[in-house]
Amino acid sequence: MGALQQIYFRFCFFFLDFLCHIYCFPYQKCTFTDMLSCFKDKVGDVLLPGDVFSFQMPESITDSKPEKVVCGPGLRRNGDEVLVCKSGILRHKQPNLYWIDSQQRRYVPGKGESVIGIITAKSGDIFKVDVGGSEQASLSYLAFEGATKRNRPNVQVGDLVYSQFIIANKDMEPELVCIDSCGRANGMGVFGAGGLLFKVSLGLVRRLLAPQSEIAKDLEKMFPFEIVVGMNGRVWVKSKTIQQTLIVANLLESCENMTAQQRQTLFRRVADGSI
Amino acid sequence: MRDTPLSNCERDFLLKAIQETKRLDGRQTYDYRSIKISFGTDYGCCFVDLGKTRIMAQVSCELITPKENRPNEGLIFFNIELSPMASPAFEMGRQSELLVKLNRQLERCLRNSKCIDTESLCVVSGEKVWQIRVDVHLLNHDGNLMDAASIAAIAGLCHFRRPDVGIQGEEVTVYSTEERDPIPLSIYHMPICVSFSFFQQGTYLLVDPCEREERVMDGLLMIAMNKHREICSIQSSGGIMLLKDQVLRCSKIASVKVSEITELINKALENDKKARKTGGKFGFAESLPQERITALKTDVSHVEMSDVKEKANEIVQRAEVPPQTVPSPVLTAPGTGQVGEGLENSWGLEEEEEEEDETVELKMELEEGHEEKGKGDVVVISDSDSEEEDVVILNQVTTKEKASSSNQQGAVASKQQQKKKKKKKRGQ
Repeated sequence: MGALQQIYFRFCFFFLDFLCHIYCFPYQKCTFTDMLSCFKDKVGDVLLPGDVFSFQMPESITDSKPEKVVCGPGLRRNGDEVLVCKSGILRHKQPNLYWIDSQQRRYVPGKGESVIGIITAKSGDIFKVDVGGSEQASLSYLAFEGATKRNRPNVQVGDLVYSQFIIANKDMEPELVCIDSCGRANGMGVFGAGGLLFKVSLGLVRRLLAPQSEIAKDLEKMFPFEIVVGMNGRVWVKSKTIQQTLIVANLLESCENMTAQQRQTLFRRVADGSI
Repeated sequence: MRDTPLSNCERDFLLKAIQETKRLDGRQTYDYRSIKISFGTDYGCCFVDLGKTRIMAQVSCELITPKENRPNEGLIFFNIELSPMASPAFEMGRQSELLVKLNRQLERCLRNSKCIDTESLCVVSGEKVWQIRVDVHLLNHDGNLMDAASIAAIAGLCHFRRPDVGIQGEEVTVYSTEERDPIPLSIYHMPICVSFSFFQQGTYLLVDPCEREERVMDGLLMIAMNKHREICSIQSSGGIMLLKDQVLRCSKIASVKVSEITELINKALENDKKARKTGGKFGFAESLPQERITALKTDVSHVEMSDVKEKANEIVQRAEVPPQTVPSPVLTAPGTGQVGEGLENSWGLEEEEEEEDETVELKMELEEGHEEKGKGDVVVISDSDSEEEDVVILNQVTTKEKASSSNQQGAVASKQQQKKKKKKKRGQ
């Protein structure tokens, strides 16, 4: 019906993994600030796949200038509509970045992400590495610091490597490297003797790696330990004794669904030695 | 999909931890993970959670001809399936070694121990016996599949009820659940498997290994026992050498564990029976805790109501005229009738009316009495226009009710009901 409708639309923005800009023209009666404010109302709300926000080109364009809105993972643009494709909470970062914070355990390789991989095979010039995705990634012999054709790195089947994706899309086999663009290792490479590797959800990993991570801060107060966090959900922990390593591993696995309050209580109890 | 490979550091860590008698989840050496048993709505459907390992068993039965060399005994058939949702290593339709091993062990544990009385499953010797079929599905694999499968199978068998059977002379009647309560199987004892995993050439022992411990173990010892301390089967795999006192020690541990687990199963069966008797909620849906993260939430939407009346009138005026209904049938030509469009069906109208009256009376008679089989008083109408092949109308003159078994009675009653419904539809 072309008649006037005074119905509020919920706006959900859908994007693929790349950033996408949308120019929002105000709909007839709604001004742009109106729409954005509806959108802003949704920040922090749970959205489900299938939620649609539709932008319709109005007949008359008012004089407010179009603004750019940047969309992150979990949102996808479909012509004039924006669709939510993952269930989760809508998050916002200044000035104009929106994304869906979702919780899942299955990892999909993304370019530039640092992951923990397990070497499964050596063949020819490359290693085959399992990163938890649908395909095994390849890691060249020469992608280590100081590696040459004669000086091969000391890597065995079953070792852990911390490396970065240089190619990771759905059409090609993913590729890893253990050096950065300057040729330095920068913390990457083979590691892992003596520690414990376990798997957590991707959401927890992102929370651990966030710049002001509360979980990491709470953990630091317990006892000294080494930790390597891969974006594919794998975490490696090493502490002085086996008991302490097991404690850290179990704490991390269990604080996934806890609120900050519950987590701090749990950590305090463990620090007091009651568990 | 391929399973995640085990890295060297994990293996070293696990072995070192076991040497210090530490397990990944903080259990002691002889501790089981928490076992949770729940039953579904059907009799014989059982879910078992052993930590994160999850298994479902379903028991069903059917009548078949027995084996020739054992005409008095019923049959039991076991089938374990490894569903691909349990682990990325399992593929649908492929018979892996693990699957064959599990199937063999379950059969040996439950069939060879003669825990179920197969002679009570006999209905007519040499002709009809019950075949009990136990299907076990693995839903999540986190180690120790055999224990969970045996608990699920035996709990399902104890929970199962088979239909009651009545034998009178030559005739065998199988009563449905509505007619007579189904009866449980006769189970002598409950054999349960307990698994022991060995590490470092038999130096270290763990009970109920989880999936990662299973990957680094050297060998596995499975003891199936019942609570009367009778061993039903022992199997050792992995090729490790075990000493006599090790095996004896394991059997002692197993007897303790088995009595605990048997008590747990009995308690679960009791709870389920109580819930069914008192009419409380039971079944799989009730055993899951309800965790809502988001209720049905919609935003406030304003609906404009100012011109609703005019709009409604407009719509009514513009709508099509409803089809006209005619009270009496229209016969356009002899032998034809008009059906549909609100008119009555004129096919065989007069006959239907007569039959309808008869059947109404008959139904009342039938509902009152109990019956025996009598074929002599049955009249077959061959020129009726109903879709059933032969319409059987029982003689209403004789006072003694003659009807066959309850199934036929039910069929006749339902035929009458169908006719009634047809009549009602046409009349509208």
